[in-house]
Amino acid sequence: MKPTAHFLTQLLRYSVLTTLALLFLAPLIIMLVGSLKADARVLVEAGTLAAFLPDEASLDNYADVFRRSDFLRFFFNSVLITSAIVISGLLVNSLAGYAFARLQWRGRDLLFNLVLALMILPFEAIAVPLFYGVSMLGLRDTYFAQIAPFIANAFSIYLFYSFFIGLPKEFEEAARLDGADTLRIFFTIIVPNSKPVFASVAILSFLTWWGSYLWPLMVTIGPSVRPLPVAITGFFTLPPLLWGDILAFGVMMVAPVLVVFIIFQRWFVRGVTASAIKG
Amino acid sequence: MASIVFDHVSKTYSDGADVIRQLHLAVENGELLVLVGPSGCGKSTALRMVAGLEEISAGEIRIDGRVVNDIPPQRRNLAMVFQNYALYPHMTVRRNLEFPLRMRKLAGAEITRRAEKIAEMLDLTALLERKPKALSGGQRQRVAMGRAIVRDADAFLMDEPLSNLDAKLRVQIRTEIASLQARLDVTTLYVTHDQVEAMTLGQRVAVIREGRLQQVAPPWEIYRQPANIFVAGFIGSPGMNVLRGTLEAVDGNPVIDLGPTRLSLPKQTLVDHPGLQADLGQALLIGIRPEAIHLADNLTKDVLPAQAHAVESLGHETILHVTTGLTTIPCDTINPAASATPAPPLIAVLPGRHTFRPGDSLRLDIDGNGLCFFDMSGNAVR
Repeated sequence: MKPTAHFLTQLLRYSVLTTLALLFLAPLIIMLVGSLKADARVLVEAGTLAAFLPDEASLDNYADVFRRSDFLRFFFNSVLITSAIVISGLLVNSLAGYAFARLQWRGRDLLFNLVLALMILPFEAIAVPLFYGVSMLGLRDTYFAQIAPFIANAFSIYLFYSFFIGLPKEFEEAARLDGADTLRIFFTIIVPNSKPVFASVAILSFLTWWGSYLWPLMVTIGPSVRPLPVAITGFFTLPPLLWGDILAFGVMMVAPVLVVFIIFQRWFVRGVTASAIKG
Repeated sequence: MASIVFDHVSKTYSDGADVIRQLHLAVENGELLVLVGPSGCGKSTALRMVAGLEEISAGEIRIDGRVVNDIPPQRRNLAMVFQNYALYPHMTVRRNLEFPLRMRKLAGAEITRRAEKIAEMLDLTALLERKPKALSGGQRQRVAMGRAIVRDADAFLMDEPLSNLDAKLRVQIRTEIASLQARLDVTTLYVTHDQVEAMTLGQRVAVIREGRLQQVAPPWEIYRQPANIFVAGFIGSPGMNVLRGTLEAVDGNPVIDLGPTRLSLPKQTLVDHPGLQADLGQALLIGIRPEAIHLADNLTKDVLPAQAHAVESLGHETILHVTTGLTTIPCDTINPAASATPAPPLIAVLPGRHTFRPGDSLRLDIDGNGLCFFDMSGNAVR
């Protein structure tokens, strides 16, 4: 290829990529910029270039969020619920994935097929029966009701299974001959060599449960155990409707997700590739 | 140290494939026995059954007289070196060496002392804090050996431990393994598909084909007196030539009619192989090692005319593939009497360098001493 043609191809390629990147970043930028503006300007400037320009920035909207709601409480609830699901899920689902990938036991294949089938079942399909179950047990408006049903997760099990099945068996066989039992092998040999899949599952679970809305809305009654996605709706339903406050709330809700992703993104990409789950 | 006994052991997979068939074999206390055979013959499966990594379908495996069929690998006190070394990638060399000792809950100071002693023995001291990815193939191999040695196992199991090394390193490590085994005097079952490794390392060599034991004997005996034409062809590089001929007695002297030529044998042949008396006048298979074929000179009595087919010069010797009018039999044939496989060329190994070209006419001389004889089903006649 001639140098000029190569340059033009590269130019075209980067132009397309830059446009797409801006397109995806635009809502985030509008949210961040809008959260720093006076409430009256947010809607007026929406749809104009001014929506991207943070002139006369102030943190008044953020202060307003803390004044008008118990933001720290909701934030704590979200952190607690999401962390509990992610951490317990890593343990439970990785052990299940390992059992399906490596251990020989009666009914293994049948059960694994059932787990695979669960992956295509949308949560909405089981939300109502689950709600009845939780209500009958008197667990509404508790952390437990928001955590326990989601620890075991078919997709996470499948991701762990796909990764473990690709690990060389010799490590485990060597460890077995060296005197290790199955649990010891799992924790001392398998887990340290599976960081990418643990990172992938952690991020995917975190994203899912940090933004979870329907179930917390169904099972929470008061603000005491309510997480951020449900709490933000209070700003829509309780007058006055202040868009600056809503955007500030949104920024504070999204920030932890970005931080987690940036920290783990290297492993996340490797894990997704290793698990052969494209895109 | 412990003996390992396969007592009529069989292994059949769930799809009905018989991988090991009635294997009956004993590895003596302190012995290094090499299991050798072509890929897929079941030798690694046999090793893994000893380790406890594969279940046994029938028979018994005994280690030091104790039946271990149902004993899990971690309680057999065996150490294994894997083909790809199976070093724990997230651990340093030190941690790799210490791992088996930690599993046995030894005291911290004792763990450190033993790991460092082994590292010194294997020249790994400078590498103790490195991870496996920062080691060369030879260094990894030594760490794998160290991990096996460190915990005083009853026996070593080695599954093609040299196959990932380059040719030069393979020779070096082979020597190291041999001297280490001799020094430690530990029972070792060594699996390889490389007959050179088998011949150079094994105190005895067991040849396996399609899950069946063909022969077990010291290397020289296997080389000189193969039990059948498969062993004859598999052991030796190049393998033994097998020809079809008829044994006759002319004036009391044994002579083999090979078709286009006759080969006079020493009188001693019938004394050394009394079984041949019954085969006089009958067709049989004759095994000739490539180095028993020479260029004929003026004194040669039975000259074999031949035509060079391919010439491989290795410097110190020349491998000649020649076409003759003789009926050669492929050694891996199941039924030599009715082999449908195309006859392979006769192979000769001549010392030194020769400048023959394909198509050149040659006059060959077959040394009648040290020939092997097989019946038409391929089994040795002794």
